[in-house]
Amino acid sequence: MNLENVLLVSAVIFGIGLFGVLTRRNVIVVLMSIELMFNAVNLAAIAFARFTVPYSLAGGPVSVTSDAVRQVLTGQAFAVFVIGVAAAEVTLGLALAMAIFRRRETVEVTDLTTARG
Amino acid sequence: MTEALAWLIILLPLASFVAVALVIRPFFNRWSIAAGWVTIAAIAGSFVLSLVAAAAVFNDGSIAYPSRQWIAAPGLVIPFGILLDPLTAVMLVVASGVSLLVQIYSQGYMRGDRGYARYFAYMSLFTASMLGLVLARSIVQMFFFWELVGLCSYLLIGFWFTRPAAAAAAKKAFLVTRLGDFGFLLAVLYLFFQGGELLDVPTLYEAIHAGLIATSVATWIGLGIFAGAVGKSAQFPLHTWLPDAMEGPTPVSALIHAATMVAAGVFLVARFFPLIELSGTTMDVIALIGGFTAVFAASMGLVANDIKRVMAYSTVSQLGYMMLALGVGAYIPAIFHLFTHAWFKALLFLSAGSVNHAAGTFDMRYMGGLRKYMPATYAVMIIGGLSLAGIFPLAGFWSKDEVLVGALENGSPVGIMTFLLGLIAVLMTAFYMFRAVFMTFHGSWRGGADAEAAANASAHPAPQAAGGHAGDGHGDGHGDGHGDEHGSHGGVHLAESPLVMVLPMGILAAAAIFAGILVNPPTALGPIEKHFFGEYAAHNKPVFPTHEDAVRAGAEPHFNLVIALASTALAVAGIGLAYTFYGRGQASVSLPAPLAKVHRVLTRKYYFDELYERVLVNNLFYRRFSAAFEWIDTNWIDGFNYRVTLWTERSGRALTHLQNGQIQAYGTAIALGVLLTLAAYFVWGA
Repeated sequence: MNLENVLLVSAVIFGIGLFGVLTRRNVIVVLMSIELMFNAVNLAAIAFARFTVPYSLAGGPVSVTSDAVRQVLTGQAFAVFVIGVAAAEVTLGLALAMAIFRRRETVEVTDLTTARG
Repeated sequence: MTEALAWLIILLPLASFVAVALVIRPFFNRWSIAAGWVTIAAIAGSFVLSLVAAAAVFNDGSIAYPSRQWIAAPGLVIPFGILLDPLTAVMLVVASGVSLLVQIYSQGYMRGDRGYARYFAYMSLFTASMLGLVLARSIVQMFFFWELVGLCSYLLIGFWFTRPAAAAAAKKAFLVTRLGDFGFLLAVLYLFFQGGELLDVPTLYEAIHAGLIATSVATWIGLGIFAGAVGKSAQFPLHTWLPDAMEGPTPVSALIHAATMVAAGVFLVARFFPLIELSGTTMDVIALIGGFTAVFAASMGLVANDIKRVMAYSTVSQLGYMMLALGVGAYIPAIFHLFTHAWFKALLFLSAGSVNHAAGTFDMRYMGGLRKYMPATYAVMIIGGLSLAGIFPLAGFWSKDEVLVGALENGSPVGIMTFLLGLIAVLMTAFYMFRAVFMTFHGSWRGGADAEAAANASAHPAPQAAGGHAGDGHGDGHGDGHGDEHGSHGGVHLAESPLVMVLPMGILAAAAIFAGILVNPPTALGPIEKHFFGEYAAHNKPVFPTHEDAVRAGAEPHFNLVIALASTALAVAGIGLAYTFYGRGQASVSLPAPLAKVHRVLTRKYYFDELYERVLVNNLFYRRFSAAFEWIDTNWIDGFNYRVTLWTERSGRALTHLQNGQIQAYGTAIALGVLLTLAAYFVWGA
């Protein structure tokens, strides 16, 4: 269990999410894929927080396992914040999806081309 | 003479311009008659002050009032101020005096004209500009007033701007004189780059005196200044505007021809005489152009049928005399001739206006026999004519004689040549002048404007169409258009003009008789010293040593009995010839074939209008020069703009295909972009 392994998992999840966003046609699934990307980012943030020495503490007699490092929760705070934002985003996204469906009788992304140049 | 009084000479007419143009004309036009009185009062004030100034110069010598700074920036100091030397004093008296008499005359001549107030506003400004020009101490200031004079002449020549011929004449006068002004401007700039302080005239004189101006520099500056003078004084080859300028009201012509516009050119050359004199080349050019113009213009005057055009050619010819005199170094005679010419030429123009007042036309072929109806005008015109022809003892005799003596005494080939040209011009002058007098006043009445209208109706049904351009068919424009503007001039009413017009003519007639003998007598006459005028003009005591040296030579006693007799004989011969051909008031003379050809060339003004109009303007300028620029404009400048817009539009259209509204396409592009950036970073980056 080290930083590289966790980041690899994070990158894989992010890639799956991105692939989903770019290829799935259903808005709901696209939103779900976005959720995946968010969580990949969360994972990376927490991994960095867990496996690296914060800049403010670097240079002193600290190791990754020391108590001082464990008490710095920047990455985790980011993750919680992203989860909060993601919840709002999903709410908004689903509301939009509902609105679009009511109007257009479809939630296919490829049909939503009114912004074509 | 305090400086404030000197400024007042300019400011009085300027104030009258402001009062008439900004107060009377817009708000009290019902009482526009006041405009005339305001103008007369202002110019009378200027005239009195001018006399005071002339007396001050006589007593104290030249006065250079302090030079002030108009523009003061690092490397650029433009001064202004007032310079009062004998030349200025003479010009002041001439300009304000003639202007005053012309304004009085205009009260009668312009009565009832719709533009009465506008007319006097322009006249005030015109007088103010001319007075400002002669009083200028700095050359930039001079140029400023110089252009104002040009502007005013444009406004006044085109005074009856509803007539196409007048509008065209005004434009022509403005553009042609602008050509010369460009030379003047270049000369001023060249002088400025020789040293900014040289823009101050007294400083310039001192620099010349100290030998700080190289001959080659003086040549170019002198030629540039002369170019300006050629335009303003209508010398060959920029003479074409002056005959057309007859479209303006006659008193305007009197003012332009006697005291302001055209005299400005001679004044300018006289002002820079010390500089011009440094260069023999420039002097020769001036002498030859002056001499040539004297004969050239007089020859066209021989055949003109429009009385004002005869006067116009006469003016060009007499200005040629003045230039000739300056060119041969006869500075005093030139100024003296300018002085006498101002009086008798103003008189002749006012007489022509008076004749027009009665006959309703300017075409002498429809006049004749007016002696019976207008004895006063006849008398003053004879006086003016004799003075112009140079008959003893009238004013013109003395000044013309001095010019001729000056040319002969110069001694160089150029001097001899110009002397001969001057003699030829004397003969021609006497002939055309008395041809005009006989055609107008002798014989029997030929019907005036009515006959002219009838002749035009039968000859060419649409006379205005022909009158539009270069000025043939000019006779049409005058009588008719005049009639439209103000009733009294259009119709024939054979009677002497009102007193308000005759009186100024009488005063001018007195001046035309006495302005020579009493001003510059060959021997002492009672209280008047010998060669009073010459001494006065050369009397330049404290300020400018050089100038005095330069003009001193021209102040020598100048009376030569042989030349006087010769020129008088020629003048009498000219009058005699005129009497033989036109003595009974003939409207035209039948000529043998070879002479008829010459006559035709002369009436067509040597085809100069055609040359300029067709060859220079139309062919060379429009078709070659402008066409080349048009090509560059279309193909390069517009072409560049066109291509920029074309390619912007095309690329925009091409790029719209990328904006297909598929959000996932955009996302893919972004993702690929990020991947490529990352790849590039890993391959080439740190």
